[in-house]
Amino acid sequence: MVKIKNITKIFEQGTINENIAIKNIDLTINEGDFITIIGSNGAGKSTLFNLISGNILPTTGKIYVDDKEITKDPEHKRAKYIGRIFQNPLLGTASNMSIEENMMIANKKGMRGLSLSLNHKIKTVFQKELEQLDMHLEDRLKNSVGLLSGGQRQALTLLMMVFSKPRLILLDEHTAALDPKNAEIVLQLTDKFVKEYKLTAMMITHNMNSAIQYGNRLLMMDKGEVIFDVVGEEKKNLTVEKLVNKFHELRHVSFQTDKVLLSEKYNTD
Amino acid sequence: MIESIFIEGLIYGIMVLGVFITFRILDFPDLTVDGSFPLGAAIMTVMIVNGYNLLIALAIAFAGGILAGVITALIHNHLKVPNLLAGILTMTMLYSINIRVLGNRANVPILKNTTILTTIESLFKGIIPEEYAILIFFIALTILIKILMDIFFHTDLGLVLRAMGNNQQMVLNQGINPNLLKVIGVGLSNGLVALAGAFAAQYQGFADVSLGQGVIIAGLASVMIGEVIIPSKNIYIITLRVIIGSIIYKGIMYLGRYYGYYINMTPNDLKLITGLLIIVSLYLTNFNKLKKLSFFGKNKSIIK
Repeated sequence: MVKIKNITKIFEQGTINENIAIKNIDLTINEGDFITIIGSNGAGKSTLFNLISGNILPTTGKIYVDDKEITKDPEHKRAKYIGRIFQNPLLGTASNMSIEENMMIANKKGMRGLSLSLNHKIKTVFQKELEQLDMHLEDRLKNSVGLLSGGQRQALTLLMMVFSKPRLILLDEHTAALDPKNAEIVLQLTDKFVKEYKLTAMMITHNMNSAIQYGNRLLMMDKGEVIFDVVGEEKKNLTVEKLVNKFHELRHVSFQTDKVLLSEKYNTD
Repeated sequence: MIESIFIEGLIYGIMVLGVFITFRILDFPDLTVDGSFPLGAAIMTVMIVNGYNLLIALAIAFAGGILAGVITALIHNHLKVPNLLAGILTMTMLYSINIRVLGNRANVPILKNTTILTTIESLFKGIIPEEYAILIFFIALTILIKILMDIFFHTDLGLVLRAMGNNQQMVLNQGINPNLLKVIGVGLSNGLVALAGAFAAQYQGFADVSLGQGVIIAGLASVMIGEVIIPSKNIYIITLRVIIGSIIYKGIMYLGRYYGYYINMTPNDLKLITGLLIIVSLYLTNFNKLKKLSFFGKNKSIIK
């Protein structure tokens, strides 16, 4: 469905600070894939997402969605079929507006006109949708989103994105800023939605356990490359230990750098 | 005197609604206002002098303001110029344009011409005193604009505009080009400002090229006074407090002008007073926020 062909991204090319963030990545994302992505800080995970979402343009290479080239399409055009959630829960919703207003904004994609669509009928639809979160937000439609907790906000962002039925969703460590309990709730919701609505998803995580537990495919990235790509049964049988060994095997690195791969630091790359 | 405070407060209130759109809704500090206000005045005045239909003149003044705002937004979007500088550029260019619109003159009087306001005065002649007829007209007009704005902010487009100043990434995620929203928002804002300019010229009986001087600061002061007096997150109240802030600002300026001499103040000090008003308002709103954080636990940062 999404094809990434020989993508390279070099920042500040030709200067002393030249930095090859993505090195010649070739990747095909199939319909219905739920890919988890792990890798140390600076491995290029977020840069890969930025390239797919159109936030930055690749130095060389091409990106196709359904065989249509989108390499140079601006971010807002791609956003019509690519959904993205960030680590920072503030980025998904507008805090000075109510829950129902936020949901109304996300209910449609692209430019809009002067119709007053936020009526009683659609509010009942929103309430039904909110019930799925099991956070009692359905009784708080008129509450300002700024009053919600980080976990509630991220769950709401997830719900708003799912209902716009994107072709691909990019989850950029979307639970990293939450406390462990809320992180687990949001992760389970993510899994539920991906399965129920047969979404195609990519999820960056620093938690190796969730990378193994969720999804049907796992990518390990290092220094701008995908060094390990595992699907199906093989992915199911992975353990954290096996992953770490795999990393050593592939990279011939010493034991000391274990921490890099296992790092639970909450920095974005 | 009291009715002229209200009338001027209401006329400027229309302008402050425009300033509120850019500063508070879009988070786009726009200084075009100092040029689009006299632009509205100039267009209206010249069309009155030349005997055009008054409503058409008003519509063209409004459109002129929109165009000025659109140009600022386009400069900002396409030349990657910071929004403040883009506004200053348009404002500076408008100074020359306004003189051209006025027929290479800095001041054009319309004291003896028929304006929208003289028409209203003659309509109510003998029923209510002239000054009150004008006051009622401006109350009705400002409330009408306020209600239209409230409705607009609840339309699909209005909702994304409101989200835009708060969270541009969210707007992007919905597949909307933020640049287009800036063009619409800044355009609309300057349209309102020019409309206020058109009425200000009719009320004063002349258009002057320096009419716009300090308008943006007056607008900002009004917005902030409103925020200090009526803290609220409800959009209906927010648009109302913008107008109330404008009237209070005019009241303070009147007091300064007429009674300031008791404390050795001259009209030349009014700009200083305006600036100090803004600083005090900023201090008070920040103080209110701090108070909320520590004592009531409201609005506490939700991110760990």
